[in-house]
Amino acid sequence: MSRAALLVLADGRFPAGGHAHSGGAEAAVKAGRITDAASLEDFCRGRLHTAGLVAGALAAAAVLGADPGELDAAADARTPSPALRATARRLGRQLLRAARATWPSAELDALARQFPKGAHQPVVLGLAARAAGLAPEDAAHCAAYESVSGPATATVRLLSLDPFDATAVLARLAPELDRVADAAVAAARRTAEEGVDALPAASAPVLEVMAEAHAAWPVRLFAS
Amino acid sequence: MTVTGVRASARIVARPDGRGGTALPVLDGEGPLALRRTRSTGAGAKVMVVGAMSGPLGGDRFTLSARVEEGARLHVGSAAATLALPGQAKGEARYDVRLDVAAGAELHWTPEQLISADGSDLYVTTRAELAAGARLVLREEQVLGRVGEPPGRLTSRLTVRVAGRTVLDQELSCGPGAPGGWDGPAVLAGHRAVGQLVVVRPEFAQRPVETRMLGESAALIPLAGPAVLVSAVASDALRLRRLLDEALTGLG
Repeated sequence: MSRAALLVLADGRFPAGGHAHSGGAEAAVKAGRITDAASLEDFCRGRLHTAGLVAGALAAAAVLGADPGELDAAADARTPSPALRATARRLGRQLLRAARATWPSAELDALARQFPKGAHQPVVLGLAARAAGLAPEDAAHCAAYESVSGPATATVRLLSLDPFDATAVLARLAPELDRVADAAVAAARRTAEEGVDALPAASAPVLEVMAEAHAAWPVRLFAS
Repeated sequence: MTVTGVRASARIVARPDGRGGTALPVLDGEGPLALRRTRSTGAGAKVMVVGAMSGPLGGDRFTLSARVEEGARLHVGSAAATLALPGQAKGEARYDVRLDVAAGAELHWTPEQLISADGSDLYVTTRAELAAGARLVLREEQVLGRVGEPPGRLTSRLTVRVAGRTVLDQELSCGPGAPGGWDGPAVLAGHRAVGQLVVVRPEFAQRPVETRMLGESAALIPLAGPAVLVSAVASDALRLRRLLDEALTGLG
């Protein structure tokens, strides 16, 4: 296993299209729910324990060799918003293209054949980590971190928030992020015995509802 | 003396009565879960769950199951809101609901609100298992605290499966001790009432429903299967109910 491979996969500059998405921050800023570093932190903490936990568990389960089709269906059931399902598949397709070029593997090729329109991004992330020789813990950390780094970066642009303040939010969330990643891996390991029902299903109703409202905006800075 | 919670289970089985109506060969309540058949106007049977004791309290274990057999129609409601309260027994209370609906059968599961009172600790699961061709209207409403009261700890998981495929699996945790951010801008954003309405109809497979915003805090969304979800948050139980009722009426 290579620690450097994790840095390549987790790098915000990895060409997988994530920079175009705010993880719901754009809608929350417009609604006046994110106004400063403190409310950004509260937003990110909620996203981490819901979408971040679920994404981490899906990614870790993919590294452990769970069936990608079953994981993708489990992701659908845990993502009621059609806008968020479409976003997850678009991001999955972009990540898969980058990952196949970076870590060529028969499993990634098979995933592209099985999901021509894209699989859910966390499932692709897990299989990319697997192709890169990474561990379930790595994939879970990567997914959990993405669940908060996207909104934090986007808020810098949306609110002209000081980038130092946004980075400090991420640093303060780091211990919680470790615990979420651990919980995600523990749940992923249970899927070997119990199937995908053992995956967490933590939901964030406001994120889901606001994602639908945001998708209907005629003009927006971020795709989601 | 060790205090233990109450263990109670209740079962309903509905099947066609052979005369165009629905019979209830099993209608078994116990302790705090009393079941009463009430008058019904259509071909379906109507059952009310009557809370015969307060609860669930800490340490209680309730299970409620309903099975609707092919061709039968069942409406289940409750006589009053369910109030989760702290108890003398240690630990969380559990309330598990299991619903099975056969092909050509229909279930309306529309109990009153679940209110999480200050100091309570409840884990509630609802799992609906539908055959292909089954119909369902399922409403769940959680209210965080009585008026002016902080909420207890409440975790609620809702799973809906159609023809062996999970179309919805969602868990919401809130109150003291819940994972961080539950009251923040991503999860509940300060709202004190949250609800889900799930409608499963075979015809949605051919004619999917389009996404529709219902005001600013609710949306009607098609799921990955012959089902739609109305997901809503509101400031109080009354506004939440109005949103969910309007959405159901709008589906025709």
